[in-house]
Formats: sequence, structure tokens, C-alpha cells
Amino acid sequence: MRYDLVVVGGGPAGLAAAIEAKKNGIESILVIERDKELGGILQQCIHNGFGLHEFKEQLTGPEYAGRFIEQLKEMNIEFKLDTMVLDVTPDKNVHAINSVDGYMLIEAKAVILAMGCRERTRGAIGIPGERPAGVFTAGAAQRFVNMEGYMVGKKVLILGSGDIGLIMARRMTLEGAEVKAVVELMPFSGGLARNIAQCLNDYNIPLYLSHTVIDIQGKERVEKVVIAKVDENRKPIPGTEKEYEVDTLLLSVGLIPENDISRATGVEIDGRTSGAVVNEMMETNIEGIFACGNVLHVHDLVDFVSAEARKAGKAAAKYIKGDMSTGDYVELKNGFGIGYTVPQKFRLNNVEKGLEVFMRVRNIYKNMVLQVRDGENVVFSIKKPHVAPGEMEKIIIPKAKLETIKGKEIVVELVGGDK
Amino acid sequence: MLDVIVIGAGVMGAAVSRELSKYNLKVMVLDKENDVSNGTTKANSAIVHAGYDAKEGTLMAKYNVLGAAMYEELSKEIGAPYKKVGSYVLAFSEEEKKHIETLYERGIKNGVPELKLIGKDEILEKEPNINKNVVGALYAGTAGITGPWEFTIKLLENAALNGTEVLVDAEVVNIEKLESGYKVILKDGREFETKIVINAAGVYADKINDMVSKEHFDIHPRIGEYYVLDKVQGKLVNSVLFQCPTEMGKGVLVTRTVHGNIMVGPTAEDVEDRDYVGTTTHGLDDIRRQAAKTIENINYRDSIRNFTGIRAESSTGDFIIGEASDAKGFYNIAGTKSPGLSSAPAIGLDVANMIVEKLGATKKEVFKQNKPQIHFIELSPEEKAEVIKKDPRYGRIICRCESITEGEIVDVIHRMVGAKTVDGVKKRCRPGTGRCQGGFCGPRVQEILARELGKELNEIVLDKKGAYILTNETKISK
Ligand SMILES: Cc1cc2nc3c(=O)[nH]c(=O)nc-3n(C[C@H](O)[C@H](O)[C@H](O)COP(=O)(O)OP(=O)(O)OC[C@H]3O[C@@H](n4cnc5c(N)ncnc54)[C@H](O)[C@@H]3O)c2cc1C
Ligand SMILES: Cc1cc2nc3c(=O)[nH]c(=O)nc-3n(C[C@H](O)[C@H](O)[C@H](O)COP(=O)(O)OP(=O)(O)OC[C@H]3O[C@@H](n4cnc5c(N)ncnc54)[C@H](O)[C@@H]3O)c2cc1C
Repeated sequence: MRYDLVVVGGGPAGLAAAIEAKKNGIESILVIERDKELGGILQQCIHNGFGLHEFKEQLTGPEYAGRFIEQLKEMNIEFKLDTMVLDVTPDKNVHAINSVDGYMLIEAKAVILAMGCRERTRGAIGIPGERPAGVFTAGAAQRFVNMEGYMVGKKVLILGSGDIGLIMARRMTLEGAEVKAVVELMPFSGGLARNIAQCLNDYNIPLYLSHTVIDIQGKERVEKVVIAKVDENRKPIPGTEKEYEVDTLLLSVGLIPENDISRATGVEIDGRTSGAVVNEMMETNIEGIFACGNVLHVHDLVDFVSAEARKAGKAAAKYIKGDMSTGDYVELKNGFGIGYTVPQKFRLNNVEKGLEVFMRVRNIYKNMVLQVRDGENVVFSIKKPHVAPGEMEKIIIPKAKLETIKGKEIVVELVGGDK
Repeated sequence: MLDVIVIGAGVMGAAVSRELSKYNLKVMVLDKENDVSNGTTKANSAIVHAGYDAKEGTLMAKYNVLGAAMYEELSKEIGAPYKKVGSYVLAFSEEEKKHIETLYERGIKNGVPELKLIGKDEILEKEPNINKNVVGALYAGTAGITGPWEFTIKLLENAALNGTEVLVDAEVVNIEKLESGYKVILKDGREFETKIVINAAGVYADKINDMVSKEHFDIHPRIGEYYVLDKVQGKLVNSVLFQCPTEMGKGVLVTRTVHGNIMVGPTAEDVEDRDYVGTTTHGLDDIRRQAAKTIENINYRDSIRNFTGIRAESSTGDFIIGEASDAKGFYNIAGTKSPGLSSAPAIGLDVANMIVEKLGATKKEVFKQNKPQIHFIELSPEEKAEVIKKDPRYGRIICRCESITEGEIVDVIHRMVGAKTVDGVKKRCRPGTGRCQGGFCGPRVQEILARELGKELNEIVLDKKGAYILTNETKISK
């Protein structure tokens, strides 16, 4: 089998990338998705709140995905479901299997990696205690409840106050479970303010900041979960324990980009994002292999995923047509307060109007200025009244400003304000 | 009347049953849990020790050396994973260097082959990630790593294939002496008469012994906690790295696992409850602190699981193997602490021989071998294509971390001593052992189990009876 472009993953990232590549003149495209349907993680997110940027309306996850799936079908882009990509080689051979076609070797000119991410588990954060049934990641529970039609418990405690944890607190409550509390290790919630209001406050579910789970009890099913307050070093403070008689613990403790395939291919991974190191074209260190969406870095909003994926789709088209320009790289360094940036480097020649940079900050800061500096020369700056690690920041540095850069690296940092 | 009842389907019960199944004997294996290999055999370091640890003259020394020598071939025969990776006991001071010399001498006396004392440069060349403070090491070429569940399950599968009955959910609560033999009584009221009883009940072996024999011994539980690290850390060590033993025990080790993960642990702590397999904050902290002596920067952010195992420390300090002097036909395999796993094949063979001799049993003419189990991910592309062509279910990946296919899962459900729980499937073909720990595949495995066993989705449990996963249907689906 031979295609110009193979897209690995049929979630919002893969769909948007494929559609954009087609719009940019690539005819021979294959999207490969291991699930029974396209749409990725959105299929299990039946709450609304998707698409405000993309469609200027509030859609549910399946509705949002549906719009892209329809477009994909209208454009006659090929896709294979229930098909797993096992391996992508550096020369862009894609090895995949399914039960109908069997083992497939697909030769591609370009590959877009859009495999999404997975949830961190109990083991990843080392919660002590027994190992009974009833400890779920929030996403696994969401799938059971929203897609399989089964409840996972009656009395619930949730660890992690990111959006997924918050949304599951509401979902479980609406399904008749009693959510005793949401517990958060950090002194602030990782979720959107509107989700705290709509998912916790509206249902009188308490949120304990600076707390963590220190013990899980129960030989068969969870019987009790013990939490405690933590100090500045996130160590539990003795004497602050609280016990909850619950049968279920949901973990919403972070997402990790799913880069097994990328690693095996030889794609360079950034330790901070756990995703590929990419340039302004969303291209990895391996020529013609691109990455976008949650496999690249974890996004809070699917709208950002779609936008980023379009860049990858467009870039892949450019690459396939041989229109990509080369040039010297300028690297983006993380200065004060910045956790990571995507892309991590860029070539001026390929930037059209401006360079879009996504980033996460390390802490909550108020009244800061986000600036990009080339040595002493401030290339770009913007006021940031409030930034938080839970909310991804985006800046666009105009091309004219980029042209003033002389060095090989620029620093992105927060300055001034209330640290 | 049965010929033999084996109480306990851990590695000990499995090893002896499989040997017995070569003979014309009616054998039954009983376990109180809902699956085999759910006791100590489920949670340990998975190391086939070379045999220099145990004092010369002990049963531990004898069976360890014999057992280690049997592992490679036996594993191949039954289809269990095993890798002879070698082990090092590291010395970080002159004093510890003396200690490894003692171990070396003991090893020689115990008859351990391929033992060697090596210097700093050589060990660092073999294991470049270890702490540069190392001054020397004792190398043991015959040490290996195994998959304790797979090993045990495969032994039992083999036994079952040759006519052994394996009953789970079968807790022995009493044993009565009969004229010639014993009556074994289960919690649910079932009773079985048998000529021979083999007590391989792990941490409960003293209780079983007390039902029959006055030769009393005690088992006290001692837990050991662990970290399992993601395969991305798999290159950290190539073999098994021990620290110098102290009064507290063998200390914390860092090892590769047969499936390419890294394992760090165990702690050693005496406890009261024989069933408590929880991890503790202090235990996990201890591991990290102690392991730093071996390797300074282990990345615990790549941890995917913690677990705890329970050692069966006996009051005699050695394995208790053989017929009780005051109860003819009652055999103990007790006090099976480390190196029990390593010793199991030799103990199984020895005890089986005792019984065969006692009963004058004859060998079966045909002894069946396990049907090979397909491990999809290990196949070449051509083999993969072939396998899917024969059975399309091998074309559907269920566990994405470990690339386990539906075909493999269906296979282990329908094999002899097949899986009935989500963890049962995991022990037999590993979905859920990867970094997402079943977050994604768990529900799918549950679905396949329900379908294949003709049950409702919410009847499928995680591991033990009562470990239900789902409560009720949601409002919408009702
Ligand atoms: C529980 C939850 C709640 C959320 N709530 C909101 C919200 O309210 N609002 C909002 O805007 N955003 C929300 N998001 C975020 C948004 O859904 C994600 O940002 C978006 O789905 C990411 O898109 P993606 O395509 O990168 O990844 P995914 O949606 O994860 O898609 C990746 C796809 O790749 C496939 N795949 C992976 N590996 C392979 C392989 N080897 N072979 C073939 N296929 C493969 C997967 O099956 C999957 O379908 C939520 C996310 C989660 C997890
Ligand atoms: C932390 C730790 C690390 C270890 N590391 C190693 C190592 O690296 N190498 C090594 O060689 N050894 C090691 N060991 C030792 C090894 O794991 C044991 O020796 C071995 O697993 C014991 O097997 P078993 O069959 O005797 O016990 P188990 O596996 O416990 O089997 C006993 C079975 O009996 C059943 N049972 C109990 N009571 C009843 C009853 N009344 N009725 C019916 N069934 C009953 C139980 O359910 C259980 O399944 C380690 C042990 C621990 C705890």
C-alpha cells in the first residue's frame, strides 16, 4: 500500500490535520484509527463546552467530533477503523494491523502523528495502600458511564481537580452517586473556573486544595480512603488525616502524551512536554514526520488541538510537494515561570505571518508581562493579568519582529508583577 | 478416593502437581482463592537465585542450586518466560568486599557454578548505570529472571492437561484422619477423600499442618514492597543487582523483569495480618532511599505500579519439606520464603518422587505438553500476518501499552486453568501490565471475559471474589 500522507490517530487532531492536508492539495491520504469509530477521546465527553473558538458555539464532544468526521467523509478522505499502527519507521513505512486486512505495510511520503494521550495512574504517583477494585482513572470511569452505560461506584472520592476530575464529579453526581470531595495536591485547581462553579459549587461538593490521598483500604473493593493536608514540599502533614468511607476513588492526576511509537521511530522527545520536539512546521527531528494534538503536548481545549493540527496538515502538504524551505534554527529557551513552549525551535523562512507559540507557565502569577527576548533586545511582550499552569497560553510573534532576531536562541519568560 | 490432594496453587503446589501428573495418579489441587497463583507467588522479586545465599547444609541451599539448574529447560518445556541474565552482589566498601568473598565461598560449598569475584571496572562495564562508588561484585552466571505467574500457571495448565483437577474457590477448613488417608473438608461443605495430602499453603501452611500433625511450627508474615518502572527505563540495568545482605535481609535490589521493565525493592517488615498486601508511605520512601546506593538517579516518575508481597517466614528458619513424622501420607512444603520460587522445581520433583515411591505409582505412557501460547508482539511481521490470517482476532489490539491482541485474551480464557477475572487475564497474557495499568484495556478485557464466559459485564471481578468493578447500570441505559 502507498499513500502520500498517513495520519496515525483519528481523534480531533488527526481529523483536522487530514482535512487541512487535503485542502492543500494532497489527494492520497489515509487516517488510521484503532478505535471502532473516529473522534478520539471526544466520543466519551458528552458534556458540552467544546468548540467555542472553532464554531462559536457550545457543542458536546461527539458533536464537535461529528462535524469533522462529516467533513472528512465529504472530502472522501480514506480511513481505517479498528486498525492499530504498530510501528512507523524513519523512512515513513507504517506497519499496521486489523482483523480484515491483516498485517499491512504502508509506504508514505509523510506521516502525521496524532495518537493523543493517556492518563496517569495510581502507580505513576505511588499512592500507598491496598489494591482493591474501585480505583479508576477518571477517563476510564467516564468511558464506562458515558459509553458502556455502567456506573463504577456509589460513594466516590476524586483525586485531582483538573477539568476531567471536575466534570466527572458532576457526572457521577447526576448518575446518583455521592461524591464526597475532590482532593487536589496543589494549592490551586488545575481546572477552569467555570468548571469549578458548575461541577462542584452547584452540587455542594467540597474541594480540598493542598491535600492528597495517603491510604487506600479494602481487600476486595475500596472501603476507605484516607486523605491528608500537605506542606509546601507536598509531603503529608501528620495529624491532618481525614477518612472517607467510599467504594470508589477516581484519579484525575494528569495526562501523558502517547509516544511509544514515536520513541521507537527515533523521534526526539522533550522531557518537559513528554511529546516530540517540533519546529515551526510541527515537524519532528525526522524529516516528513509531524506531530500535533495531545500526542505533542496536552491541551485543555480541543479548539487549540484543531488549530495546531491544521498547521501540521498544511506543513505535511508543503513537505510532500517539496515546498518546504530550510534555514537556520532559532531555539526557544524557557525563562522564568515558563514550563515549556511548543514549538521548541523555528526557521524564519517557513513562518508566514507570525509564529504561534503555545506554552504552559509553572505557577499561578498575577500582573506579569510575558516577553520574548533576544539577548537584551525584547522582541515581543504582552501583559498577562493572570496566568495559571492549568491554562495553556498562546502568543503570536509577528514575522516582522522575528526578523529582528540576531542570535541563535530567544528566551521566553515572565517578568515583573506579583510572583 | 483420590490419590493426592495438593493444598495451595502457588508455585510449590504447581511444581509438585505437574510432576505428579506424569504418573497414573488421581490428583486434585485446591486453592482458596478464585484463581491460581494468587498468593505469595503473585508478588515477589521473580528472581531465580543462583544459590550462594543460603547457609551450606540447609534445604534452602540444596533446593535452590538444584532448582536454578532446572529453570531454563523447564520454562521452555511448559512455555513460561525465563531469562538467564546473571546477578551481581555489589560491594561498596572494603568491609562489604569481605562479605561478598564469604558469599563466594559459601556458593562454592553449595555447588553453585559460574561464580566469580570481579572488580570495579568490570562491573561498571557490564552495568554502567550503577553507583560509581562500587568497589567490586560477586557475579553469578546462573541467576535468572522468571515470570512467577506465568511459570506457575503453565505448570498447572500442564498438570491439568494431563488429568489433574484444579479447583479454585476451594478453601480447606479441616482435615480428618481416616483409616488409610485423609478427608479434606472445604469451607463450602465439600469433602474429598485422599490417600495423600500435600500442604503447600504458603503463609497458611502452619494452620494446615496443625490440622493433622503435632510437629508444630509457626509461619509469620513479613512483607516486601516494590516499585515497577516503565519499560522506557528498561535499559537501566541488564541483570539483577543485589546489595550486600545485612542483618535486615538481602536489602533492596534493582532488576530487569522478563518483560523488560525495571523492578526496585523489596523492603522487609514483619506484620500481623497474613492477608495485608498494602504498600506504605514509609516503605516506598525506604526503597527509594536504599536503592540510591545501587543506582543514584532512578527516575520514579516512570513508576507504573507499586505492590507488596508476603514472605512465609518459618520458625525453623529453613524450608520444611517432607512427610510429617506423626502423620503418614501428609507432606509439608512449608516455610517457603525466598528462595522458594527458585527452589520450586527441585522441591516439586523431590516431593513427587517421595509420593510416587510411597504409592508405587507408574508413569503414564503419554505425557502431553502445553500447546504453545502466541505472544503476538514477539512475532516477526510475516508471522504476525500469518497468525491474523488464521484467526482475525489476532488483528485486534486490546492492550495498547503491551500490544496484546483479542486472540491472545480469548485463548487464555479458554485454556486449561483459564482466566476468569480481569487480573487472571493479565497474569496469563499481560494486558494491563503496561503504563496505563489497564485504564484503557481493562473495560475491554472485562467485556471479552463476559462474552466468552457467558456472563454479565458487572459479574466480572478484578481479582478476588467481591472485587466488583461495576455497580449498576446508568440511568440512561436502564
Ligand atoms: C476526559 C476529557 C475531557 C475533556 N473535556 C474537554 C472540554 O470540556 N473542552 C475541550 O475543549 N476539551 C476537552 N478535552 C480535551 C480534548 O478532548 C482533547 O484535547 C482532544 O481530544 C485531543 O485530541 P487528539 O486528537 O490529540 O487526541 P485524542 O482525542 O486522544 O485522539 C487520538 C486518537 O488516536 C488514536 N490512536 C492512538 N494510537 C494509535 C495507534 N497506534 N494506531 C491507531 N490509532 C491510534 C486513538 O484511538 C484516538 O482516537 C477533554 C479531554 C478529556 C480526556
Ligand atoms: C517480597 C518477596 C520476594 C521474594 N523474592 C523471591 C525471589 O526473588 N526468588 C525466589 O526464589 N523466591 C522469592 N520469594 C519467595 C517466593 O515468592 C515464595 O517462596 C513462593 O512464591 C512460595 O510459593 P508457595 O506456593 O509456597 O506459596 P503461595 O504462592 O502463597 O501459595 C500458597 C497457596 O495456598 C493457598 N491456600 C492457603 N491456605 C489455603 C487453604 N486453607 N485452602 C486452600 N488453599 C489455601 C493460597 O491461596 C495460595 O494460593 C519472595 C517472596 C517475597 C514475599
